[in-house]
Amino acid sequence: MIRTDNLVFEYIRRDEEGNVEGITRAVDEVNLDVKPGQFIAILGHNGSGKSTLAKHFNALLYPTEGKVIVDGMDTSNGEYLWNIRQEAGMIFQNPDNQIIGQVVEEDVGFGPENMGVPTEEIWERVDESLRAVGMLDFRKSSPNHLSGGQKQRVSIAGVIAMHPKCIIMDEPTAMLDPNGRKDVIRAARALNNVEGITVILITHYMEEVIYADKVFVMDKGKVTMEGTPREIFSQVERLKQLRLGVPQVTLLAYELKKNGLPLPDGILTREELVEELKKIKNVANT
Amino acid sequence: MSLILDHVNYIYDEDTAMAHPALIDVNLQIPDGQFIGLIGHTGSGKSTLVQHLNGLETPTSGAVYFNGEDISDPDFDKKDLRSKVGLVFQYPEHQLFETDCFKDVCFGPKNLGLSQKEVELRAYEALKMVGFPDEYFYQSPFELSGGQKRRVAIAGVIAMKPEVLILDEPTAGLDPKGREDILGLIKKLHDEMGITVILVSHSMDDVADYVERIIVMNKGRVAFDDTPVNVFAHYKELEEIGLAAPQVTYVMQELAKAGFDVNAQATTLEQAKNEILKAFGRC
Amino acid sequence: MLRDITLGQYYRTDSVIHRLDPRVKLVATFIFIISLFVVKNFWGYLIAGVFLAVCIKLSNVPPKFIFKGMKTIFFLLLLTMVFNLFLTPGTALVSFWKFTITYEGLKMASMMAIRLVFLITGSSIMTLTTTPNNLTDGMESVLGPLKKIRVPVHEISMMMSIALRFIPILLEETDKIMKAQMARGADFESGSLIKRAKSLVPLLVPLFISAFRRAMDLAMAMEARCYRGGEGRTKMKPLIYQKRDRIAYGVLYTYLIVAIAVGRILF
Repeated sequence: MIRTDNLVFEYIRRDEEGNVEGITRAVDEVNLDVKPGQFIAILGHNGSGKSTLAKHFNALLYPTEGKVIVDGMDTSNGEYLWNIRQEAGMIFQNPDNQIIGQVVEEDVGFGPENMGVPTEEIWERVDESLRAVGMLDFRKSSPNHLSGGQKQRVSIAGVIAMHPKCIIMDEPTAMLDPNGRKDVIRAARALNNVEGITVILITHYMEEVIYADKVFVMDKGKVTMEGTPREIFSQVERLKQLRLGVPQVTLLAYELKKNGLPLPDGILTREELVEELKKIKNVANT
Repeated sequence: MSLILDHVNYIYDEDTAMAHPALIDVNLQIPDGQFIGLIGHTGSGKSTLVQHLNGLETPTSGAVYFNGEDISDPDFDKKDLRSKVGLVFQYPEHQLFETDCFKDVCFGPKNLGLSQKEVELRAYEALKMVGFPDEYFYQSPFELSGGQKRRVAIAGVIAMKPEVLILDEPTAGLDPKGREDILGLIKKLHDEMGITVILVSHSMDDVADYVERIIVMNKGRVAFDDTPVNVFAHYKELEEIGLAAPQVTYVMQELAKAGFDVNAQATTLEQAKNEILKAFGRC
Repeated sequence: MLRDITLGQYYRTDSVIHRLDPRVKLVATFIFIISLFVVKNFWGYLIAGVFLAVCIKLSNVPPKFIFKGMKTIFFLLLLTMVFNLFLTPGTALVSFWKFTITYEGLKMASMMAIRLVFLITGSSIMTLTTTPNNLTDGMESVLGPLKKIRVPVHEISMMMSIALRFIPILLEETDKIMKAQMARGADFESGSLIKRAKSLVPLLVPLFISAFRRAMDLAMAMEARCYRGGEGRTKMKPLIYQKRDRIAYGVLYTYLIVAIAVGRILF
């Protein structure tokens, strides 16, 4: 679905007079391969280059070196621009700054309108998209009266209405409260499971990535770790070095193991932890 | 006896069709030196509540007392109150406006009418206090990273030498390390300056490790007001109002149910670890 | 204070006027304004007044709500009246000290007052019964022909609708920044004019920065959703004339003819 070959992105820093101060390599030789239908998470601390990377998938930024291929289309080829933007939808961090319409349904219709979809089909698409994110009841509301989590779900509906194959979510939950976060992640997982849309979730909330098929961890523009959530979270010390944490349960399991309990690496959920502890207890009792 | 809220009610947009109560019969006592977590989800009234504490909002009925004086009294000096009850807003970096960080921190003390020397001394101390690196002092605040900007903004309030420091969602939008750093900084401020700290958050995980008292707001009312252990014991009720206890609370509860010999009231990672290890006889 | 302005606000209810095509309402407002400037006598204004009253009645908007909006322009109204009253030369009616009120002045002043009140009431009926969205759509369509002379009609209406969407957000933000600076001891209320203007810097700088950041974010979000100008765009809610709109046009032109005939020619 999305592939990058030795992707490099550099930008020039300038001082106040416009003189070149230096060149920053925000993305450094990244090679990714995302398969259709996957749920991918990209982790990294602020300034690790993960958002810059994400903007390449939607042709909002173009590589300085290397290539980005979206569904067989090279993003640096201007001919494919609108096809790429339709196939790879994008959700941004700030819920207020990506809603254009003054009424929920009109915002969801904005993408299809731009694509030149006929009026009747726009209505169908708006209906199905709002239903998919559970916001159909709010279709006539003003976005200003919605909570942050609801606004993000409207934005997701706005992208779904464009019938994308892939959705890139750039820290969609960073500005939300825990309930909003849960709703947005639930919507993203449903899209992936039910509609089979590829999801690329960029975040620094560790709890959100435990359901991903694959996790990439970025640091200083490079992909420094990749693997399943379990593989990633078994490396607690490494993650801490990268300014990242691990879910509290994983951390507890890790601490217990360090103190001699025979627990497996990378425990992700509390059910798992309780089960494993029960096993140890039973062994000890027999 | 620093701050007292006595039957405070606040009606938002009073006299309009949109009028709705934001605070309902809130009674609180906030003694000197406490480290308090104020928890509630968006719209629970927690932000409105803290704005009452420094006189930015006035109760529709009821009263707020600071050191025994009613702050709605016409003779009461609100400006003085605001310097003593420092409020750091959510995303405080959005209020930065000066050409360099040092000048921005000077804004608060300057408004207090202090001498230039005193203003600069306070700004310097505040920036040092928040661990802001010297080499950035005269840089534009807009060129800093998110975490550093937030430090400057917090320093801007600390420079007024408040007796009570309120921080509204100080970790919003930061990465895990950034969150840990800011929370650590707030703890340091509480310990070293001996001031009262009220940490407003919607995340129990954030506050559980640090605070000695938790106030839970729900729909404009105080739902719980107790020590973390006692508040988290109500984890089921917390869930009903859309909040969750820290993950370890659940683990401990489930372990206790499964017949482990653990104290289910552990709220921090450290306590949980020790309890489980004890149960396995490793401690 | 900002809440008191009903001018340009939408009043949510259902009525014939609400259901009319925004283009009809735009044209109607335009025609009504023209009629106000064309008619010259009392009978003409009476007809305009009746027309206006019927529209208010049909719109289901409480008259109280409409006239609440007048408060904000009361001062302007008073000023115009006073100027006209005292500065129009003609037959003296009353005179005291240096001032003289003339017959012509009285007539002029009352005409100006009626005109202004009608004008504002008329245009507020349009905004009260039309959602801002509909209004911008209508504008885009009515001004469509101007595209030929390279007026960026689509862009203007897009800008207007984005502005309308962000005004409440920016107002809220202003309030927040103001409070944040007040928490740092800022004083927006007292002092001389210069001091007060200076005190706005800590408010305006962050506000502008925030507005710019929002604009950048929004531009990127629009691009990501395939926005590329008006070319080749379809509409989710296209404007289509109904029977009632055609009837309304009929009524409108009849009104214009009658008003001109009565207000200018017959009497």
